[in-house]
Amino acid sequence: MTPAPGITLEGRATIDGDLLFAPLTLSMAAGKWTCLLGGSGVGKSTVLRLIAGLATGAEFDGRIAATDGAEVIPRVGYMAQDDLLLPWATVTQNVALGARLRGERPDEARLSGLLERVRLADHADKKPDELSGGQRQRVALARTLMEDKPIILLDEPFSALDARTRADMQDLAVELLAGRTVLLVTHDPGEAARLGHSIVVMTQMGLTDCAPPAQKPPRRVDDLETLATQGALLRLLREEAA
Amino acid sequence: MRYLPALAATAFALALWQAVVTLTGLPRFILPGPVPVAEAWWQNRAVIAEHTMITAIEVLIGLALGSMLGFVTAIQLATSRVARVLVQPMLVFTQALPVFALAPILTLWLGYGLWSKIAMAVLIIYFPVTSSFFDGLMRTPRGFLDLAQTMQAKKRAILWHIRVPAALPSLASGLRLAAVYAPIGAVIGEWVGASKGLGYLMLLANGRAKTDLMFAAMLTLGVFSVLLHLAVRLATKRMAGERR
Repeated sequence: MTPAPGITLEGRATIDGDLLFAPLTLSMAAGKWTCLLGGSGVGKSTVLRLIAGLATGAEFDGRIAATDGAEVIPRVGYMAQDDLLLPWATVTQNVALGARLRGERPDEARLSGLLERVRLADHADKKPDELSGGQRQRVALARTLMEDKPIILLDEPFSALDARTRADMQDLAVELLAGRTVLLVTHDPGEAARLGHSIVVMTQMGLTDCAPPAQKPPRRVDDLETLATQGALLRLLREEAA
Repeated sequence: MRYLPALAATAFALALWQAVVTLTGLPRFILPGPVPVAEAWWQNRAVIAEHTMITAIEVLIGLALGSMLGFVTAIQLATSRVARVLVQPMLVFTQALPVFALAPILTLWLGYGLWSKIAMAVLIIYFPVTSSFFDGLMRTPRGFLDLAQTMQAKKRAILWHIRVPAALPSLASGLRLAAVYAPIGAVIGEWVGASKGLGYLMLLANGRAKTDLMFAAMLTLGVFSVLLHLAVRLATKRMAGERR
């Protein structure tokens, strides 16, 4: 993996002339987790998709740049709420998807090592519909790691999981994505409080930086400061909505 | 146990048929009952078998060719905007023409033998196969394409590794339809001009007022179509993503 750069997004987005978000500046520190927290419809997914270079249906007027000046889009790895596993392909084939789509030969040793790390070595030949929701998201995580990109964009990847599995997945993601520049888009204040090196709340009014708890992520689910931050974030979201 | 509903339905249909014949008292050359038809079938079993073979060959070749043609066309349409603009309206236009009207000209072009019937079967199944597979290719889940884009995937690779496999269930439903339509195509071809095949046999029997033989040939065609449909269903089970 090449060294992870910081990223800055500056600008505004409109849909058919209507403002989706007013001029804003989002800075993501190199090698850290930035959590972008917001309700639905405020355009937080649009921000993520713009950085990934994906179609948004919105007109973006501004710039997206990496601190090292190199291109952003080719260095992006992407995980969505839907695990996006191909149902007809095995776990192994899904993890190796990127290589196959570029017409390259997948690195078998790396692949089996990654399956080991997400604890799915025994499921390598299974199809996605034989796996649980948590296992499926672990396959998606392994697929993302297989790409070995320095910038990782996570669009609510844990939101469909049950509470316990979600906490496990968060721990694993922090462990395995360490050193990469991560943007996590989420609507869950608890998730932002546990995982963010920096936490940004997005509302109709724009972005608000919030102080993260002192503990290093992933923070303990029962850490009092983390719980207080979670409460503060939720209050902020509710005030803005009112 | 699984076949019980089908058996019951068949028994009911036969009983209804017999009831109509008995109650109306129609003469045998207008509407024969199930028993005379069964007798005619048994007496003419060698002739029926011979003609069934011919029709079956036409249908199977037509099914194979039409499916391949439909597969290729759908891929072309899905990958090229130019092809979509040029070919799609034409495809609908050809489907709007009654194929019956084309049968005589096909016989003129391709002769009296197998090929005019095969062409007829191909024509009749080409559209359902093409259009269901094409629809499937155009409905690839958005997320898969997003993911592929972030992986810097090649266009061709996206087609063969994502779009085609994701569209196989749609292709399967097109092929299942085709299995039902293909025999109709072949029989239309035989009506217009042939010396062999179940369609020819029906026409011949009808002309000689052998209504029982006509019915026997028609029912044979029906049974053949049902079996073909079942076979295609079974063959496309994996494709359709159904579990055994």
